[in-house]
Amino acid sequence: MSTLLVLPFALPLLAAALSVLWRHHRQAQRTVSYAALLTTIVLGVRLIGATRDGEAVATAIGAWPRGLSIVFAADGFAALLLTTTASVSLLALAFAAARGEDRHPLFLPLADVLLAGVFGALLTADLFNLFVAYEIMLIASYVLLALRGGRRQLRAGVIYVAVNLLASTALLIGIGLLYGVTGTVNLAVLRGVAATDPAATLAAGVVLVAVGVKASLVPMHGWLPRAYVEAGPAVTALFSGLLTKVGVATLVRLTSVLFDGDPTWQPALLAVAAATMVVGVLGAIGRADIRGILAFHMVSQVGYLVLPLGLWTHAALTAGIVYLVQYIAVKGALFLAAGAVETLTGTGALARLGGMIHTRPMLALGFGLPALALAGVPPTSGFVGKLLLIDAAFDAGHLLLGATAVAVSFFTLLSMVKIFNGVFWGETTEHVRHERTEGPLGLAVPAGVARPTSSLLADKVEPRRAAQLIAPSVLVGAAVVVVGLGAAGLIELAGEAADALLDPTRYLEVVSAA
Amino acid sequence: MSSALIVGVLTAGGTYLILQRGIVRIALGFTLLGHAATALLIAAGGTSTRGVPFAGSGTEAADPLPQAFALTAIVISFGITAFLLTLAFRSRDALGHDDVEDRSVPEDRSFPAHYDRHVGEREFPHS
Repeated sequence: MSTLLVLPFALPLLAAALSVLWRHHRQAQRTVSYAALLTTIVLGVRLIGATRDGEAVATAIGAWPRGLSIVFAADGFAALLLTTTASVSLLALAFAAARGEDRHPLFLPLADVLLAGVFGALLTADLFNLFVAYEIMLIASYVLLALRGGRRQLRAGVIYVAVNLLASTALLIGIGLLYGVTGTVNLAVLRGVAATDPAATLAAGVVLVAVGVKASLVPMHGWLPRAYVEAGPAVTALFSGLLTKVGVATLVRLTSVLFDGDPTWQPALLAVAAATMVVGVLGAIGRADIRGILAFHMVSQVGYLVLPLGLWTHAALTAGIVYLVQYIAVKGALFLAAGAVETLTGTGALARLGGMIHTRPMLALGFGLPALALAGVPPTSGFVGKLLLIDAAFDAGHLLLGATAVAVSFFTLLSMVKIFNGVFWGETTEHVRHERTEGPLGLAVPAGVARPTSSLLADKVEPRRAAQLIAPSVLVGAAVVVVGLGAAGLIELAGEAADALLDPTRYLEVVSAA
Repeated sequence: MSSALIVGVLTAGGTYLILQRGIVRIALGFTLLGHAATALLIAAGGTSTRGVPFAGSGTEAADPLPQAFALTAIVISFGITAFLLTLAFRSRDALGHDDVEDRSVPEDRSFPAHYDRHVGEREFPHS
């Protein structure tokens, strides 16, 4: 089992290489990319089984002496995230295929490289490798963002690259400083250094701040809403499910190992979490396009995700993991639904949309259910996660923080209702009535081809393609309700993962023995 | 001491450059910052945890990790610099200059009509 741990990192890289070779055969590209992802999902599910009860698995790559080798390790937390991110990525790639967004010969190779970086960052037990995995992930994302090559993409690309590159440099410097202080980058040896040695605390602080930029914590969030909305819809969905979430996962891992749950910095983390929640949700109010609103909510939700780091109790971490796992799928589904709306109607501006529930009722479901989960309305999985999280905050005596989380949820619901109102209720607008049937690339309709304008369902995208566009979000919508009604299993898994994070002894034993 | 000075000067220069508006300057700034990080990694190696890196000066092997880190970091920053310069080149094509904060680029939040025009069309006509 343990040697298979390299596969989630190696297979996407192999798939990327093959799909560069087969760049003129889209079907071959798709086959290898999906195969790599499916293998990762199967492996992830098996890893979840293998890491029950606080167990962990690890493998060292190459026959290097201990302390020099590259170690990959997984505990319950990593296994859960691996499975979730791989599943959401598969949906996003299927959506990209339906949209024709993967027609660019470099789309799938880049997505594969991105996935390799993501899985590598989740599985590595070595700080320098963490940096390398981040770079692999980010380099692919730089290019994916700028792939469309328009003027606005270039501008967003420059902002995104500059901010993330600065964060990466800070991460590298932080890791260098930590290495200078401790003489190692292996997590097994670094346990608790930041809680005991002031110099190491400073170095680990640099690392945490750098990862915080990638997780888009306030006040380092400004790049995200500006950059994400300019990418293609499938790319935004892919980014939303992966990039910031890997940042959060790294923050959890570093708090667990480097700081060993040291309570000194908890007030600061709680303040950042609260600020992130509030600033993100207020920023969303000012936007009038679907993905713009969703991008600001992404910032806001990161606040919920880092809240458990400041509380660091069993209940809070369990809630945090449940919330993180379901949120990755929910946010991905929301962006996929938004992408479907944009693909079908050609616009994401709320002012030009309306009445889509008459033409595309399933899409309304596919957006509505994840939107309810984002706001935390029962019977969705978001309700379970938020209830546990807010309960944990109240239990830890942080009444103000719990109240903030509740209030932010109301504002989130408000934003979701705003989108739903704008897109699905109301009168059917011109954009909704006349769907863009021109084909996946939005090629112009030849002159002289008349388009019927009278009836309500005049020109619709052909049913098969529409189903492919809508199905991914509906699938997640159904899963969200199923998980919401039967959350006991997920909570149990998350509880075990939380225990392993609170006391990483077993994880680190396995890492140092690898 | 000398490595601290080198890292400090490089970081100062790099920080100044990345605060400029042109992409080329930003790329140069990141090159300097990358060098600062590399110098810091090498300095972090030290001789406190493992042997010195000179032949015949001891039985213990020198610390191989800082060199490995530095090499990896150099390769990554080289790749990124290439990408940044490509961005600068593309934006000279698209905008006529490489100024990031050009206000003449429309801030329109709506979905442009030719949304997917560039996907798979321009650079790869054969696809």
